Amino acid sequence: MKPDKEYAVQMHDITKTFGACRALDNVQLDVKKGTIHAILGENGAGKTTLMNVLYGLYRQDSGEVYLYGEKVDIKNPTVAIRHGIGMVHQHFMLVENFTVAQNIILGQETTKGGGVLDLKRAKKEVEELVARYGLQVNPDAQISDITVGMQQRVEILKALYRGVDILILDEPTAVLTPQEIEDLIGIMHRLVDDGKTIIIITHKLREIKASADECTIVRRGQYIDTVKVADVTQSELADMMVGHKVRLSVDKEAAKPGETIFEIDNLQASDDRGLPVLKNLNLAVHAGEIVGLAGIDGNGQKELVEVITNLRKADGGTVKIDGKEIQNTTTRNTMNSGVSTIHEDRQKRGLVLDFTVDENAVLDSYMKEPFSKRGVLNKKAIHDFTSQLITEYDIRPDNCGDMPIRGLSGGNQQKVIIAREIANDPDLLIAVQPTRGLDVGAIENVHKMLIRERDKGKAVLLISLELDEVLNVADTVAVIYDGAIQGTFPQSEADERTIGLMMAGGGTDAAE
Amino acid sequence: MQRSEFFKNFWRKPIFATIIAILSGFIVAAIILASAGYNPWTSLGALFYGMFGRPKYISNVIIKSTPIIVTGLSVAFAYKMGLFNIGAEGQYIMGALAANVVGYLVDAPAIIEIPLIILAGVAAGALYGGIIGLLKGRYDINEVITGIMLNWIALYFSNYIVNLEIFHKPNTASMYAINESGYTSLFTQWKTTEAAATFFQEHPFIGDIMRTDVNMGFIIAVALTIFISWVLFKTTKGYQLRAVGYAQEAAEFAGIDVKKNVIQTMLIAGGLAGMAGVLNITGIFPHAVSQLSAFESYGLNGLCVAFIAGGSPIGCILAGLLFGGLLYGGQSLQYMAGAPSEIINIMIGTIVFFVGLEGLVGMIVDRIEKRKAAKSKESGSSDSGKSGSGTGGSDKKETVTTETKQEIQSPELKTLETGKSQ
Repeated sequence: MKPDKEYAVQMHDITKTFGACRALDNVQLDVKKGTIHAILGENGAGKTTLMNVLYGLYRQDSGEVYLYGEKVDIKNPTVAIRHGIGMVHQHFMLVENFTVAQNIILGQETTKGGGVLDLKRAKKEVEELVARYGLQVNPDAQISDITVGMQQRVEILKALYRGVDILILDEPTAVLTPQEIEDLIGIMHRLVDDGKTIIIITHKLREIKASADECTIVRRGQYIDTVKVADVTQSELADMMVGHKVRLSVDKEAAKPGETIFEIDNLQASDDRGLPVLKNLNLAVHAGEIVGLAGIDGNGQKELVEVITNLRKADGGTVKIDGKEIQNTTTRNTMNSGVSTIHEDRQKRGLVLDFTVDENAVLDSYMKEPFSKRGVLNKKAIHDFTSQLITEYDIRPDNCGDMPIRGLSGGNQQKVIIAREIANDPDLLIAVQPTRGLDVGAIENVHKMLIRERDKGKAVLLISLELDEVLNVADTVAVIYDGAIQGTFPQSEADERTIGLMMAGGGTDAAE
Repeated sequence: MQRSEFFKNFWRKPIFATIIAILSGFIVAAIILASAGYNPWTSLGALFYGMFGRPKYISNVIIKSTPIIVTGLSVAFAYKMGLFNIGAEGQYIMGALAANVVGYLVDAPAIIEIPLIILAGVAAGALYGGIIGLLKGRYDINEVITGIMLNWIALYFSNYIVNLEIFHKPNTASMYAINESGYTSLFTQWKTTEAAATFFQEHPFIGDIMRTDVNMGFIIAVALTIFISWVLFKTTKGYQLRAVGYAQEAAEFAGIDVKKNVIQTMLIAGGLAGMAGVLNITGIFPHAVSQLSAFESYGLNGLCVAFIAGGSPIGCILAGLLFGGLLYGGQSLQYMAGAPSEIINIMIGTIVFFVGLEGLVGMIVDRIEKRKAAKSKESGSSDSGKSGSGTGGSDKKETVTTETKQEIQSPELKTLETGKSQ
């Protein structure tokens, strides 16, 4: 499409690479003036990267950006702001101890001259904005005292105060309650009526249907299509987002599920802000079975793992392993009950990066014999154990026992964790995003290890944001959305379209 | 290849940065001395003479260093799990006070007396450190704040006890000294004998040393250092502690009780600082606590020592000796060269400052190597670094690219990686 004055933003053939990875590959974006434009894609599809290019946080390797038909070079966010672009990040950037008004004027303070703050005038200006767009917030309230929804409004006000015409909202609904989401959509419409242009990054189909005029879909850094939202159904959108991927075949025999090893009943828990995040979640895993939990990030997966590992309190319900309740005890108790967990954040939770491979290999068993006796470590036993794991799991470089684990590649770090957790001989192995950041060869390896554990009669719970992974590896697919399991399917009946729709909250909509 | 490998690693080792920092301290001191009209050569000469000029001086340097090695050890130990034990000063005071009280009240044979004094001092320091640990572990109150407040409480509490009638030695500013059976000074009896006098005349070297407060303290300090190293690196306790210090979240996930470890660590750190107080009371004249108008800074100097040592227990011995040497040798700077001994504080400050800039040295080394690597790459073929086994610099770069390749949207990871390489 040619540069056109009627388009607030046009981004043509944007390519951005990080190292060897193409985060964006000739992506197109054309946003009409005075509309709400959604960018839809899975985690890691490149949505945020694209917007960071527009906001000047990244520079594209190639491609052009036009604003109202004029070619611009957005070197940094200052330039973006000067061009009237504002961005509200997923994580708010507010000063907790300041009032709303103070936060809004931060960086663009109104002064009486001589550098004296004119808070009164600033407050008036803020109040005008509040009234104009119906953004109900009290300018004198302190940030730490107001709800997340209000904080988001403060962020929007901040952008408006700086005179933005083009507002980018990065996953604005991820942290909001349903009521707050409705309010936000109302605000967005009012802004557009006032001539602003809004770009919203999301993977929630329902919200796109409810708010956006047009939608651009990106998948794995590739531009897929731009559609009029009114012309497509939710399931068509889901289709485009997920795409028809080639199934990587994973060799495995049919599962022979045994008795129930792990059972979650009506589990409830709250997130860090005290809002309910697990809402009567039920899940069961049998011996000799891999249950895959499919879902989009932020639907309670993280909290579920934390409750199981006793890093978070359960507000209600039970978590049972071999019939024994383990909720609200200690992390150590979870382990001793036969649960091993491969954590999603391997560098933060899974490993002590400054420790050697040896030391990391016994991170949860250092206090057991033969690794230590009466409080004294037996380095030789630890080293021998590690050497065995290194051979068995083909961890490279071999003889890396004395090396700091920081020096190993991501795939080999992951192998150490998996080897360690499997060596605990758990009844239940929980793998959270076990292949995140790994290359194809390493991914295959990890999958094989999980299946091998299943074949040994262990229960395996695989939690992944990659739908492919769940569909290929799991014997049973459970879909999580909004803190509850929306449906469970045997692998043979798991259809990626139905599941994709359910993951994006479309399934519940259809049912309603 | 082997040689350059060694050098590359040496430049990157913290000890190299520390040596640079110490040299910088001397250079800055020399510049300031020169600009103030003193001859820097003779002044610094006087400083070194004051440290090593006579056997007696060396002995005094060691004696002076002993307590700060131990407080340094206390700080380094706590720092291994990420705690900043600025409260070592207060723990030192409480340790010395308890040692004095028990050593004065109890009069038993040395074999009982000394362990009893040690027990009292260590327990007092440990409890005092434990308060900080409890507040930190249980209520997450910053250990620096509580540490500083408890330091002042210790100072005034100590002054209060010193002035109690049963403890206060009339016409002095001190308490009654501990009983002689509690002394860890060596050869105190023998020193005054006739035989000793003749022996000293025949062996002036030993005689000179014997004129100082030669005591067991340094040996105990070294033994403690070895013990603490052993605890840190060979026991499960040390393993837990280091895991918490390096990566609290990973430790938590592995089932290590972080709160409990915080409290235990502060108990041990406090005990160590208390032990430093014990060593001063049992080893050095007047074997008693005096009324204090300000901190003696044994604990605070321990912070500098631990910092210069880079948190390494063994390093604390060396840094403590350096520190003790500068403090003691600084006196001769004053009376031999006429230069103000405050220059020592400037020197210590500069060293600490430059140790803090350790990262800077690493960055400079990185940059030099990168430039070298770029040059060699230019001269060589234009291979894209795929062969990997080039310099350390390009190895690191290799990991960065693989990491980013794996994670599409993770600029944090990238900065993490580059942050690491510095």
